[in-house]
Amino acid sequence: MKKQNLTGTMNPYLKFLIDYSVPIIISLLVAFAIPLSGLSGKYFIKELTIRLSRNSFLILALLIPVMAGMGMNFGIVLGAMAGEIGIIFVTDWGIVGLPSMLLAMLISTPIAILLGYFAGIVLNRAKGREMVTGFMLGFFMNGIYQLVVLYGMGNIIPISNSKILLPRGYGIRNAISLMGIRQVMDKFIPLKIGGILIPIGTILVIASLCIFIVWFKKTKLGQDMRTVGQDNEVARAAGINVEKTRILSIVISTVLACYGQIIFLQNIGTMNTYNSHEQVGVFAIAALLVGGASVAKANIFNVFIGVILFHTMFIVSPRAGKAIIGQAQLGEYFRVFVSYGVIAFSLALYAWRKRVEKENERRKAMAFKRMLLQNNNTAEGDKL
Amino acid sequence: MKEKVKNIIENVGLPRIIIFFFLVSLFVLAPFVGISLSTSINDVIVRLSMNGILVLSLVPMVKSGCGLNFGLQLGIIAGLLGAVISIEMEATGFVGFFMAMGIAIFIAVILGFFYGVLLNKIKGDEMVVATYVGFSSVSLMCIFWLILPFKSPNMIWAYGGSGLRTTINTQGYWFHVLTDFLQIKIGSHIIFPTGTLLFFALLCFLVWAFFRTKIGTSIDAAGSNPDYARSCGVNVDKMRIISVILSTVITAIGILVYEESFGFVQLYMAPLYMAFPAIAALLLGGASVGKASIKNVIIGAFLFQGILTMTPSVINNIIKSDMSESIRIVVSNGMIVYALTRKSKVRS
Repeated sequence: MKKQNLTGTMNPYLKFLIDYSVPIIISLLVAFAIPLSGLSGKYFIKELTIRLSRNSFLILALLIPVMAGMGMNFGIVLGAMAGEIGIIFVTDWGIVGLPSMLLAMLISTPIAILLGYFAGIVLNRAKGREMVTGFMLGFFMNGIYQLVVLYGMGNIIPISNSKILLPRGYGIRNAISLMGIRQVMDKFIPLKIGGILIPIGTILVIASLCIFIVWFKKTKLGQDMRTVGQDNEVARAAGINVEKTRILSIVISTVLACYGQIIFLQNIGTMNTYNSHEQVGVFAIAALLVGGASVAKANIFNVFIGVILFHTMFIVSPRAGKAIIGQAQLGEYFRVFVSYGVIAFSLALYAWRKRVEKENERRKAMAFKRMLLQNNNTAEGDKL
Repeated sequence: MKEKVKNIIENVGLPRIIIFFFLVSLFVLAPFVGISLSTSINDVIVRLSMNGILVLSLVPMVKSGCGLNFGLQLGIIAGLLGAVISIEMEATGFVGFFMAMGIAIFIAVILGFFYGVLLNKIKGDEMVVATYVGFSSVSLMCIFWLILPFKSPNMIWAYGGSGLRTTINTQGYWFHVLTDFLQIKIGSHIIFPTGTLLFFALLCFLVWAFFRTKIGTSIDAAGSNPDYARSCGVNVDKMRIISVILSTVITAIGILVYEESFGFVQLYMAPLYMAFPAIAALLLGGASVGKASIKNVIIGAFLFQGILTMTPSVINNIIKSDMSESIRIVVSNGMIVYALTRKSKVRS
């Protein structure tokens, strides 16, 4: 009904342009910047493969809360923090290789569940403004994370490895090297095509997450989430526990983000203890939106189109900036601007359309009421 | 009695009470760890005068129902542009400061108008969109700071010869013109920034008086009950735009006063997170997403700056490590999360 209303009044070509304005603009930008950057095809493909395997998992973690109607989950930062705590522990214990990475995931899962549960409760209390609350929650938790990692670790929480402790004896260093787990998943099944390493292990993990998400949509819980996402009241009438379902969607997303961050860090090989997680939410969300997703609709295709477009821009913009005004810094600022700008633009576009739809519906309801009233009046007139 | 206490906690809010007692205990502890109470209070007052106007700037938008202005950076950009243009034109002293202010206000009115139009189109989602409008405008301005054709040797990078520096010294232009105005010195440590405080008080009074005029009350009505306001013949959209322009203009003035007192114009990514401390301060003063007053501004700015000043010095002395930054993050962002989860009557 809603959809008909909007498409009925709008030219289908125009609708397509508005729906996909973000991917279209970014594609044009990228098409313009690639020749300017002067990068070789091989280098470009190598970079893109790395970034695809590095970031896809984190972006996939955003899909489930969108299904439950909670918008973009800015709270995935919480999951990223949980993952980092797991990594700190396995690095402290000096475990190496794939088992170390799996152990890090195992340790951080309960932390991620706990944080996700907390986030879910908070977001349930802030219905209608989940996104800004999730965003602020990330900032708030960053403070708690600092207190725990910078002051608690080595003090209250036993950490003994002097390589990751600050010289003063407690608190974790600003940057820790993850040589023990560096690219263990990427190189699990080694394969090189034309000198480019193909991270089969990570790609398999990402593929299985995609299958999980497709399967999850068909389960009872997945269906419930979609009902909740469409209409809280209808879901409640159908006997679904709305609050619980919403919390579950955030918990799943947080746990996935936690694994996503561990995969991300094993690829990079070093961890900025206090900064690695900060921008996770912004970049993941911007990439998803660049892929043509909206606050209410996102699927697996959006994720991959988004990663490719968004990260192509990331690869080429510093070089393009240098080519235009001779300063790489320009491209640096430009890509930060695009990340924030894409989010601002998509959220505004979505909010605006939601309002127009609401207004249309209100007008329709008013017209209907007026018609009823008129009919009643004429009926009464007939009686007289 | 128990009911009464419960009622007070419910009304004031538990986080505010905790923070208030935290601050009081800091003040009580200060003399025992060798920190002079009078200098501490003086520091709080100096910082209050620096930051107060930024907190005040949030009030018009809250009153008109636009929520907390997470897009505060837009006004800050207007202020920064005013500052760098006035320095470029070699304007010094009061003339320079008021010229910076004039340019800033002019730009703020234009930016505020478009910002207001945008916020009218997205009623109900103002806060999250505003956050990212603020972020993206700061990063867009980074590009402009780099390529705008400024020439003054005090502002551009020494070696490259182009692009503005990240921090620009206002010494020699309009550094401390307000702060030193009618300044009172007590002893060697206590300096009372009369000029800045008077200016803050004047702006508070002007905003207070504005909300007593016909337009002001219309804005208030548009915020508290849009349907009722519409039926009374108030143009709600127009009132919201006026309030957004007003907020942006006050922010622009606020950042200029901050720079005048601080001594540096901070460009590039420096303004990125400036909205959050101001919002946290207002909320700490007792405001909510849909309600704010001048009283909230003054109390909030005092409490918030009190914590910022007292935590580093006192906590450092007690446990010999600097946890103040983390505590600041937890307190300010926790306050905002708390306010967002309160049920308030903000209608779209």
